[in-house]
Amino acid sequence: MAFQRYKFGAAGIGLMFGFSMSITLFGPANDFRSGVSTWVGLDKQLSLGRVIGFSYEDPLVIGDGKPIVVILDKDPKTGAAIDPPQRAYVYSAGIKFSPGVNHPELLGPGVRDLSEGKGQIAQANMATGAVFTIGKDEFNGEELDYIVNATAVSGWTPAEVLSAAGDENMRYVGKGKTIYITEGCWWCHTLLPEQTQDWQFFGAPPFLGDMNGEMPTAFGSDRKAPDLLHVASRNSSREWMTMHFFNPRLVQPNSIMPRFDYLWGKKDASGNTIDFKKWRADYTAYVNGKTIYPPEVPEPARTAEVRALIDWVLTSLR
Amino acid sequence: MLMKYLFAKNEEIPAGSATIFFGFSSIFWFVVGTGLGSFNAAKLAFPDWVTGTELFAFGHMRQVHVLAVILGWISMAFGMTMMYMTPALGNTKLWSEKLGLWTVFMWNVGLSLGLTLLWMGITSGREYSDLIWPIDLVVIFGVLLPLGINVWMTISHRKTQGIYITNWFFGACIFMLMIVFFVGNSPELFNLTGLTEAYLTFWFAHNVLGLWITPVAAAIAYYTIPKLTGNPLYSHRIGHLHFWSIIAFYSTPASHHLMSAPLPEWLKSFASVEGVLILIPAVAFVANILLTMKGKWSLFVENIETKFSITGVLLAIPLNMQGGFQQTRAINWYVHGTGWIVAHAHLALLGMSSFLEAAAVYFGLQQMLRRKLYSLTLANLHYWFFIIGFCTYWISMTIAGLMQGAGKIYEVPYIDVVVAEHPYMIARWAGGTMVFTGNVIWLYNMWMTAREGTIVPSGRYAHELAYER
Ligand code: HEC
Ligand code: HEM
Repeated sequence: MAFQRYKFGAAGIGLMFGFSMSITLFGPANDFRSGVSTWVGLDKQLSLGRVIGFSYEDPLVIGDGKPIVVILDKDPKTGAAIDPPQRAYVYSAGIKFSPGVNHPELLGPGVRDLSEGKGQIAQANMATGAVFTIGKDEFNGEELDYIVNATAVSGWTPAEVLSAAGDENMRYVGKGKTIYITEGCWWCHTLLPEQTQDWQFFGAPPFLGDMNGEMPTAFGSDRKAPDLLHVASRNSSREWMTMHFFNPRLVQPNSIMPRFDYLWGKKDASGNTIDFKKWRADYTAYVNGKTIYPPEVPEPARTAEVRALIDWVLTSLR
Repeated sequence: MLMKYLFAKNEEIPAGSATIFFGFSSIFWFVVGTGLGSFNAAKLAFPDWVTGTELFAFGHMRQVHVLAVILGWISMAFGMTMMYMTPALGNTKLWSEKLGLWTVFMWNVGLSLGLTLLWMGITSGREYSDLIWPIDLVVIFGVLLPLGINVWMTISHRKTQGIYITNWFFGACIFMLMIVFFVGNSPELFNLTGLTEAYLTFWFAHNVLGLWITPVAAAIAYYTIPKLTGNPLYSHRIGHLHFWSIIAFYSTPASHHLMSAPLPEWLKSFASVEGVLILIPAVAFVANILLTMKGKWSLFVENIETKFSITGVLLAIPLNMQGGFQQTRAINWYVHGTGWIVAHAHLALLGMSSFLEAAAVYFGLQQMLRRKLYSLTLANLHYWFFIIGFCTYWISMTIAGLMQGAGKIYEVPYIDVVVAEHPYMIARWAGGTMVFTGNVIWLYNMWMTAREGTIVPSGRYAHELAYER
């Protein structure tokens, strides 16, 4: 039989495999290209930076080399009030820009034109750093969000913006998402509400332009826990999150979520060493009914990993 | 011993060395992988067990389990079977034992390194392609390429006229896996982002299963069953139907993993249809093997390798029925993301695939060591631990998944679902621990076979000799 012959067979494999590869690779690539970035998409890529996970700037995957999100309520140059407060994405000198800034074609038609024109993103320079914001304007009769290089447009420098804002307005979103990846939250949680049945509880599924420039998307495939895509609009309490990450059983006795107390590091907010042993002993006593109140959860330090994680949850997952 | 052979001349290395090292490595990784699996299962059942350090956190261990079993156990067992089946089917010797040994060496080193990094949280954050891209390159060029060269050269130096179906699969699957690894990891290599990244992640995940794990496992059965029963394969033509339909249909339905993502609708529909067509190779394979068994069904009870092999083939029936239909939109919305899928994944890997490979590893190691299995009793114990543990796992997770699905549809508060699942999580852990225990027994049995098994006289098969224990 001819097709058992080896030359014919080898060519056949190549052809067939090539054909199926082209349908499944080039076909969708065309569709993805037309995705117009939404506000969510721009916000995500600007706050996450170039890439999350293993990379040149962050080889140990601890959240190095990421931009800082700042909630601005006044103009750092003029001091004029900004109401409602606006997000600025601060890339200090040497921090790699998000993919859309370097490759504007990823922003999608329209958004690209606005960002390159009015937004002046081509002038952003990694060596000196830049501050970005998200603007809104009309393009061919359509309201679009686009990236604004505030360093070029308004003269804001990274250092100015950071000092005008102060630590309480900084959000370590990129580092937080890195922790989401390394700690494997996505083996239990998803970031992808399902189309028909999740609207009531978990909110709307993402749009086509919601992940332009994001890497990795970490949708998650296996759900043992609530979808998190809009969790901050269900529950925006930093205190709840703090207790819940330290030990989920403090706020939800039946939870199977692991304790993430090790994300607190060694010292708490006031610089005291955290005595985990004692905490555990006290907690066991509480669980066994020997005490009425559970032990206090330590206040996380400014640089603790859990602070970045909560920043990400409360800032990005709305 | 391995070190000595790595630098020996090819002619001085005894034939079968690569097979033996591959075989023991694969069993070792099976023990490690299932041990990790049972540890993870315990964490999901008892979240407060071993806490306080990220090293034993569920999120750090899960991907290590998954890749240890896929790349360690399953793929090494594939490597092992390729090392002895390809030459046997071509009536020739392995092209290079030395290259084979280097492959084992690189594989163990690369995998240990990759898994250690993953364990410490150094990951790309992409499911199934979690390994960071430098390790991916090691896999492609340090492991798959040498393996491929060995297999392709052995096939082209064959002394038979045609190429048997098993070798078609071996040769093609290594090639396709290399492409899949490269394309699937291109988001990391070239920093592709957004939906492209998400889609390629599952394109990779799907194609690793569809173009490597299931077809090579099936190819193994095409060798073991005729060999063990002495019956010729029922139909080589049906075998080719299987082979060609795998290449045509199995490589396309990747997007059925992302039914609720904003992918183009045409792609989702295409994936659903192609996914159902997967039933063609599936039915061809199962029918072909079961018809080959004609008149020899007593071996299913009497012969341990046949027992493993046929169990794997029988498990392929529910596997493909689930697989073909659960990815249609009508069913996917119910089971997507639930424990049902975890049960299905284990049916494929721990059920169908692992049983087929276990049979081949049992058979090949005895053959190459020229020693009869040390103890039939222990082997039977392994079998029963394996099958009972697996069924416990599968059934409990299927039930848990259906409950989760119902909870999703009827909008039950999530925590109630977590509470309801708890008993099944414990059952899953118990089942998994049984499998793990069985594997420890297996490793012992194989080790003793190498040292004390009855010597098989040349020209005879191990399974033709009577057991002593
Ligand atoms: C073993 C699986 C598991 C892992 C790993 C896990 N979680 Fe959870 N998570 C749960 C479960 C179950 C719940 C629901 C019960 C509860 O509120 O604790 C939950 C609830 C939550 C909630 C509240 C959701 C809501 O709808 O109110 C947040 C936020 C959350 N997890 C974040 C995280 C983050 C961030 C990580 C990683 C650092 C993580 N989880 C890791 C299982 C997990
Ligand atoms: C001792 C036996 C085993 C136990 C206890 C076990 C346990 C587990 C657990 C707890 C998970 C996580 C599931 C989840 O997130 O809900 C998992 C995932 C997985 N395991 Fe195993 N496992 C075992 C054996 C195996 C074997 C032998 C294989 C493959 C050969 C395998 C392949 C996988 C895969 C592919 C996943 C990912 C599933 C998914 O994403 O849906 N497991 N396993």
